Amino acid sequence: MSNVKSRLRKEKIAKIAMQLSGMAITGSLFFIVGTILYKGLPYLSWEMVSQSPQGGFYIGKEGGIFNAILGSLYLATVSTALATLIGIPISIYLNMYVKSGSFLERACKLLFDVLFGIPSIVYGAIAFSIMVWIGIRASLLGGIITITLLTIPIVVRTIDELLKTIPIDLQHVTFSLGSTRWETAKMFLRYIRPGIFTAILLAFGRAIGDVAGVLLTTGFSDNLPKYIDEPSATLPLAIFFQLSSPIPEVQGRAYASALVLTFIILIIVICTHLLASKQQKHKI
Amino acid sequence: MHASTSIQTAETQDLVALATPHIQIKDLNVTIEGKRILKNINLSIPNNSVTSIIGPSGCGKTTLLKTLNRLVDDTKGVEISGSVLVNGEDIYAKDAEVTHIRKKMGLLSQKPFPLPMSIFENVAYGPRIHGERNKKLLKQIVETQLRNVGLWEEVKERLDASATRLSIGQQQRLCLARGLAVQPEIILGDESTSALDPISTQTIENLLIELKKDYTIVLVTHILRQARRVSDYILFVYNGEVVEFGKTEDVLLNPQNEITQQYVKGFIS
Repeated sequence: MSNVKSRLRKEKIAKIAMQLSGMAITGSLFFIVGTILYKGLPYLSWEMVSQSPQGGFYIGKEGGIFNAILGSLYLATVSTALATLIGIPISIYLNMYVKSGSFLERACKLLFDVLFGIPSIVYGAIAFSIMVWIGIRASLLGGIITITLLTIPIVVRTIDELLKTIPIDLQHVTFSLGSTRWETAKMFLRYIRPGIFTAILLAFGRAIGDVAGVLLTTGFSDNLPKYIDEPSATLPLAIFFQLSSPIPEVQGRAYASALVLTFIILIIVICTHLLASKQQKHKI
Repeated sequence: MHASTSIQTAETQDLVALATPHIQIKDLNVTIEGKRILKNINLSIPNNSVTSIIGPSGCGKTTLLKTLNRLVDDTKGVEISGSVLVNGEDIYAKDAEVTHIRKKMGLLSQKPFPLPMSIFENVAYGPRIHGERNKKLLKQIVETQLRNVGLWEEVKERLDASATRLSIGQQQRLCLARGLAVQPEIILGDESTSALDPISTQTIENLLIELKKDYTIVLVTHILRQARRVSDYILFVYNGEVVEFGKTEDVLLNPQNEITQQYVKGFIS
């Protein structure tokens, strides 16, 4: 009986620990969102999200962050699209074409784990030195290349984990119908489609929120990003510059900008979930 | 084991005389990560009949089945030697085209595994990958194969519904229809009824008996009563070796080998 009591006590402790950590995370999230809302909402205006800086915006004058919103959206969308297009074939190759347990498979997966963990400033610094070497100035293109490289490991590792969850029966079914590996891979992608949206969401979140990677490679500008070879403003950098200002008005605008960034991510999350749930129709 | 090998050889020779061999296995050895799973298998499987592979768990039944459609190729650390001839053509020859070989052999696995698509698309998938684009013809194939497995009347109104909505017995029949849609010559069943209820099991068994007039069927089963009900020939595998091969009644009612006798009587399982 005492054994049962001790087991039930452990069950209770584990449950409380889980509830506490859950509450801590939810609490922090509410605190962050609350702070942004409290400090940023008074400064948020239509003018701010619809206009570019009119000169002196970062010292409290007229204008808005529309150029930064657009810059961030361009950068994150193109980088995520490129990272997905490059990352999915890498994952497929490592899981379906390279011999399971081979040196190549283990080495590549280790490499992507390391790349996954490298801070974005390192990507930025390396990309910056390459840009200097080949003579490209800080531009949207530089930022896209850097952020694509930064997000490829996210896509590769997430898709890799998803592919591991596929039952071997699916491969047996498609192979036994005479499918090639590529046809089987397409079936695998169909099977993990809801999860692919999660991978894209993770990559997009990292791409749109990154500061260090774009600091050296994308530069900053008060103009709307019109050309890929010109510097462009990005939202995280706009927030960073405004927060560094001693002027309270500008600091308030930083929180309003953070609110805009959070809202964009919220919209992307909702869209991803909607798309992913539509793909659940034939879920096994 | 030497005695058993000689029995097997004698039985095999008799069978070759009895029926046309569809599959011939010669000196087949399979090693997985250093462990010998199949040892010197020599065997002829006759056409238009049901051959059941029986034996205790872990004896190599499923591996033997998977060597027939080369699904064993992808197993980690696998080494295969010997040959498997289908219609006289060695499927392990260097120039053998694996997708073509697999197309010839429909697989009915342990648990039904519908593809993550509609009922219609599940059956149409095979013909589609083999180049069939004509929608009218695809519809015809789907209907024919669903009728073949007795599923048409149950699903004809909801062909666009997800295949996963079907009951498990219906799913297994759908998987059979999907396999038949690529026009195989051989049907391989890996304990295909083990996840099914008795009524669905009976339906599948009756289907297999009916299908043998057009196909060569090789089944792995651990249920002796099932082997007795459906098979014409039985192959008893023990410890990676063929112990006995012969007509169902001979192997089950009058086994020549001591180990077969023990297995059939239930002393080893």
